[in-house]
Amino acid sequence: MQASVVAALVRKDLQIFFTDRRAVVLTLAIPIAIASFFGFVFAGQGNRSEAAKVRMAFVDQDGSAISQAIVAGTTADTAVEVTQPPLEEARTQVQAGRLPLVVVIPKGFGDAAGRAFFSGAVRPELQLLTDPSRAAEVAMVKGLLTGHVMEAVSQQVFSGAQGRTLVEEGLRNLDANGLPPAQRELLRRVLTSAQDLYQAQAAAPTTGARPALGVPFAMKEDVIAGNATVKYNGYAHAFAGMGIQFALFAAIDLAAGILLERERGIWKRLRSAPLSRATLLVARGISGTLITLLTLVVSFAFAAVVFKVPISNPAGFLVVIVASAMMASSFGLLVAAVGHTPAATRRVAMFVVLVMVMLGGAWVPSFLFPAWLQNVTQVVPVRWAVDGLDAMTWRGLSLSDVMLPVGLILACSVACCAAALWRFRWEEA
Amino acid sequence: MLAVRSLRKTYGKGAVAVDGVSFSVEPGQMVGLLGPNGAGKSTTVAIIAGLVTADSGQVTIAGEPLRGDTDPKKRLIGLVPQDLALYDELPAAANLRLFGALYGLSGTELHEAVGSALVLVGLADRAGDLVKTYSGGMKRRLNLAAGLLHDPHILLLDEPTVGVDPQSRNAIFENLEHLKARGKALLYATHYMEEAERMADRIVVMDHGRVLADDTLAGLRAQAGGNGGTSLESLFLSLTGRSLRD
Repeated sequence: MQASVVAALVRKDLQIFFTDRRAVVLTLAIPIAIASFFGFVFAGQGNRSEAAKVRMAFVDQDGSAISQAIVAGTTADTAVEVTQPPLEEARTQVQAGRLPLVVVIPKGFGDAAGRAFFSGAVRPELQLLTDPSRAAEVAMVKGLLTGHVMEAVSQQVFSGAQGRTLVEEGLRNLDANGLPPAQRELLRRVLTSAQDLYQAQAAAPTTGARPALGVPFAMKEDVIAGNATVKYNGYAHAFAGMGIQFALFAAIDLAAGILLERERGIWKRLRSAPLSRATLLVARGISGTLITLLTLVVSFAFAAVVFKVPISNPAGFLVVIVASAMMASSFGLLVAAVGHTPAATRRVAMFVVLVMVMLGGAWVPSFLFPAWLQNVTQVVPVRWAVDGLDAMTWRGLSLSDVMLPVGLILACSVACCAAALWRFRWEEA
Repeated sequence: MLAVRSLRKTYGKGAVAVDGVSFSVEPGQMVGLLGPNGAGKSTTVAIIAGLVTADSGQVTIAGEPLRGDTDPKKRLIGLVPQDLALYDELPAAANLRLFGALYGLSGTELHEAVGSALVLVGLADRAGDLVKTYSGGMKRRLNLAAGLLHDPHILLLDEPTVGVDPQSRNAIFENLEHLKARGKALLYATHYMEEAERMADRIVVMDHGRVLADDTLAGLRAQAGGNGGTSLESLFLSLTGRSLRD
């Protein structure tokens, strides 16, 4: 293989790439714009700045002390934003997608919940009007609601006016509740003790905490992502994902360029020269690698300067982006080898890239996928590249930690090159 | 200089493109390769240029067979394909520098070769312009320049004047006359009778992948029993028939 010939072919590809200045600017600017948007969306959670609240509504048809306590407790929760529209308006908002769910507290809920608390009577139902497309938000609110309902009911039962009435009622109906005698006596003692508690509270009112059943613990969160000097930065993952995606898009351009050369007859001229097939493909691979590398470098330089994305291990970062660029470039060669016309090949390759990027977790966190699909993502090269870039940025890991993903990426590149060499249509009639 | 012996090439499910083709081209000689569309001219040229592998038969350059993609004897061949095989996005000089580099030219040698080729085809004053700004005729001339940049001994021309105006066509003919005078061996595939009549020393007529005739124009006329006024087109039609081709 002649180095001077390879250099001439690479120089030609780079010259052609830089000839269209507008295309160059767009090639470099679009991944930055999209990654910035994704970073902005996800960085809020990571940086503990304003995380979006889940919007929900209550329709309190009960108006009891318990129902009011449920609404008040939920409203005070920082994870949700609560409104109280009329029922029909609330239903319309869910239908229109403006609310994920509405909680309807039916008339009599407070009394029924109090009775169920002591006697095992039929449990009253909270009615949830939900948007089927927003299951995650609904599940989150259900969890919150369970805690707030328990707290409100127990607090009222042990210290509120509604609770006193319910306890008296419970004592009156105790003999008819069907419990075995021994258990009935124990429950009588509980209810009598509750009455004693009410009397003690009435005799010496206090402004402190009142007894209630609620969540019996608090949570303290220690973030262990990154090392002592590197903190999580939500933009880092967004730029990794978008960087790899656009590196693969650049590879599609590389493939389309090769097919266009064939269509225009230029490949005949190249093939008529005394050059090996490997020389022609290697030159293309090198220019493709340089162009995709440029995409990644410019994206991350922007991310580092503007969004303070940490490059915690510069040497490791360089290894990962060079390997990723080689993978993208060799993927382009393979696409050119199996493609026919530039237009059709571009469409098919775009579909393949988007699927790979999606499975690689660049758009949606892979934990949202079904278990079997999560296993599938383990063999998607995009996943290795994104994981490698995460490791060398906000995770603050060492070079040895990315040797496996880098090895897999390079193995994938070699496989793509070999397949391209094998499948390439060399004959030019 | 160039000898083709019993070439055969089939495609797909046995469609025969070239079937037992043999001819030769000597230094300072132009051989016109004539045939209707689908006759096998382009496939024959592609086999000689090393773009297509023949099923059987042999191509020899100066008595030696061509062996593989990297055979140094490929430097003796220059190809002017039917397509405008140029990078529109680059200036003419950059195109030629690249194509020269593919044949091992570099430095002053490459610089001089590019300059000479551009002067020969009358494009020296437009050397720095992007090819996409060129007219069709200028592109055809540049296409020719790219093929002879490395000073090959054999020039393969596959319909090099398609779609050009009379002035550019005439300029190309003058270039080819000049090359012939310098001792180059030219194989000129075309279906323009007047071009072959004007330029070719010998004419090979092909159809359905076979060589139907291989002689001088005078020899072809004699074979057909015509007089000196019989046109090449009449001879061609008598050999290949009048049925329409794809």
